[in-house]
Amino acid sequence: MDFFHVLVVLLESTIRVSVPLLFAALAGLFTERAGVFDIGLEGKMLGAAFAAGAVAAVTQSVWAGLLAAILVSVLLSLVHGYASITQRGNQIVSGVAINFIVAGSTVILGEAWFRQGGRTPALADGARFQTISLPEADVIREVPFLGPIYADLLSGHFLLTYIAFAMVPASWWVLYRTRFGLRLRAVGENPGAVDTAGISVIWLRYRAVICCGILCGFAGAYLSLAMTAGFVKGMTAGKGYIALAALIFAKWRPVNIMFACLLFGFLDALAIRLQGTPLPLVGQVPVQFMQALPYILTVILLAGFIGKAIPPKAGGVPYVKER
Amino acid sequence: MSTPYAKLPGWVEYGLVPLVNLAVAFLVAGLVVLLVGENPLEAAYHLINGAFGRGEYIGFTLYYATTFIFTGLAVAVAFHAGLFNIGGEGQAYVGGIGVALACLWLDKVMPWYVVFPLAILGSVFFGALWAFLPGWLQAKRGSHIVITTIMFNFIASSLMVYLLTRVLKPLGSMAPQTRTFAEGGQLPKLDWLLSIFGLDVGTAPFNISFLLALAAAFGVWVLIWRTRLGYEMRTMGHSPSAARYAGIRESRITVITMMISGGLAGMMALNPIMGEQFRMQLDFVQGAGFVGIAVALMGRSHPGGIIPAAILFGVLYQGGAEIAFEMPSISRDMIVIIQGLVILFAGALENMFRPAITRAFAMRGQRAAAVVQAKGA
Repeated sequence: MDFFHVLVVLLESTIRVSVPLLFAALAGLFTERAGVFDIGLEGKMLGAAFAAGAVAAVTQSVWAGLLAAILVSVLLSLVHGYASITQRGNQIVSGVAINFIVAGSTVILGEAWFRQGGRTPALADGARFQTISLPEADVIREVPFLGPIYADLLSGHFLLTYIAFAMVPASWWVLYRTRFGLRLRAVGENPGAVDTAGISVIWLRYRAVICCGILCGFAGAYLSLAMTAGFVKGMTAGKGYIALAALIFAKWRPVNIMFACLLFGFLDALAIRLQGTPLPLVGQVPVQFMQALPYILTVILLAGFIGKAIPPKAGGVPYVKER
Repeated sequence: MSTPYAKLPGWVEYGLVPLVNLAVAFLVAGLVVLLVGENPLEAAYHLINGAFGRGEYIGFTLYYATTFIFTGLAVAVAFHAGLFNIGGEGQAYVGGIGVALACLWLDKVMPWYVVFPLAILGSVFFGALWAFLPGWLQAKRGSHIVITTIMFNFIASSLMVYLLTRVLKPLGSMAPQTRTFAEGGQLPKLDWLLSIFGLDVGTAPFNISFLLALAAAFGVWVLIWRTRLGYEMRTMGHSPSAARYAGIRESRITVITMMISGGLAGMMALNPIMGEQFRMQLDFVQGAGFVGIAVALMGRSHPGGIIPAAILFGVLYQGGAEIAFEMPSISRDMIVIIQGLVILFAGALENMFRPAITRAFAMRGQRAAAVVQAKGA
């Protein structure tokens, strides 16, 4: 029973840490499926987290914070879109630039506005998301086995957590069951064909980039309004890159993305859990190895040793009509 | 769009266009300074004064520039072959192992001029090793070099934390760093070079690896424009299909280019480890690998452009520290913003102002032609 209890706690924290990964990876799914590579997920998430923390601290409203997060993230996405769609610039370079601009300006602006060493003020309970208990959680907890699963694993998360997991089937539906989704995927594979059909490649890609901005906004808001009460400098700490890894690991498919994010989240939770405790057979596993594992797994996958990850064909290539 | 942009005179292409892009980047950075409620002109004054005001300041500026020449060259070499090596950060970090091993092994028994060449070899070896894997994976397994090098940056960071906290740390010490090197592991300063100009280098760690950086820049120029390998690299960068038809082995060039790139990034480790701290510390690279991207973009991947671009970033790093000291609301993170803006305007948006500049030149050309005609008639 003790093992079961540990497992429930571990899975609970897995869900908690994988939410921002899930939002960001789904965000990347929309742009990359439309043929725009985006390594600026990290920057957008960080910018959104800062906007959420700052606005929520000033207005004392969690919704205003969420809105600000989405707004800032969409704006940054549009910069990326302008550079890579309209100006046909290098998409990787643009993404790198956004990451740096955001990393620097969140600290400078945060320090100038709040003077707390790059933090935003700690949020009161009303200005951040609260956990939601599912109905009858306390009563059902007493039921053996299923009780803890329902009460501790499924209940007691933030609203954004439930939204994140709901976004998985939603993204699948949008991408695979709507006209917009079909065109979006087509524009990532063969923009010429889409153009021939009389559909604007440019506008379609811009819409994909905006979708990405909205989802990254949620990811950032989750970090500063739900997971912690306020923004801390550099709080994304590479999560955007892990999300990118998860996106590739999942071979650019929505449901796979959820499992990839949960796997990487689980590794993260396990690394914290295992700190200093030796494992049977292998002895003590260095924390650093656990931290590097998502990246190592992605490299191995990309190299085609576990299946083959094939990116959208037109990914990274700006569309030039007159060719 | 078959001919994207009209051909411009060389000085416009390599001088004016980058300068306009750079100016816009700085204008936007000035807006951020305004937003924070400070005077951008005052900040610019502190920047220039902090970078050039004294011999010691110039020493620091050139010390930083040394680092950025190495990482800028690393990114540029890969660019020429059409490869985007984002992994300079990780390659420099791992390259540090080679430097540290050479110093830890011989610093007590040998003078610096024996240790230094070994340290160079070590840094190149480990840097190239860390770039070999992504290059090989791209060449043989088709995995995207950008993604693999990003992943390798994170793997390098974990590996180095492990090595510095468990393996390379002296017994009984708490700090995650190697022991301090004896005399043999310390590079001589270039104080004589500055004293020619009547400047006193003071405490600045401006050291002999600067000369190595200049030599490396020259070497890269020879490699890219004067050797067969460089020609093959540029062919592949321009048109992979043309390279294939010409019988150039893509996979071979990819792997070799990445190893040269990684080796150059690895050499960066010499400067902070043997030149300043005399030990290997956690995070000694401090983002220099990423600055290399900005430097290569600004320098148009040419050593002649990379050296001034690296010095510019040296100015930003050293002068930025002075701004942070004089104007507390502008911390050193301002440099990160400027770096991002330079990458954005000189890299991703490099063609934004080109149509306007081209038009201006076309108009001037027409007018000159008209004048010639009028005179002739």
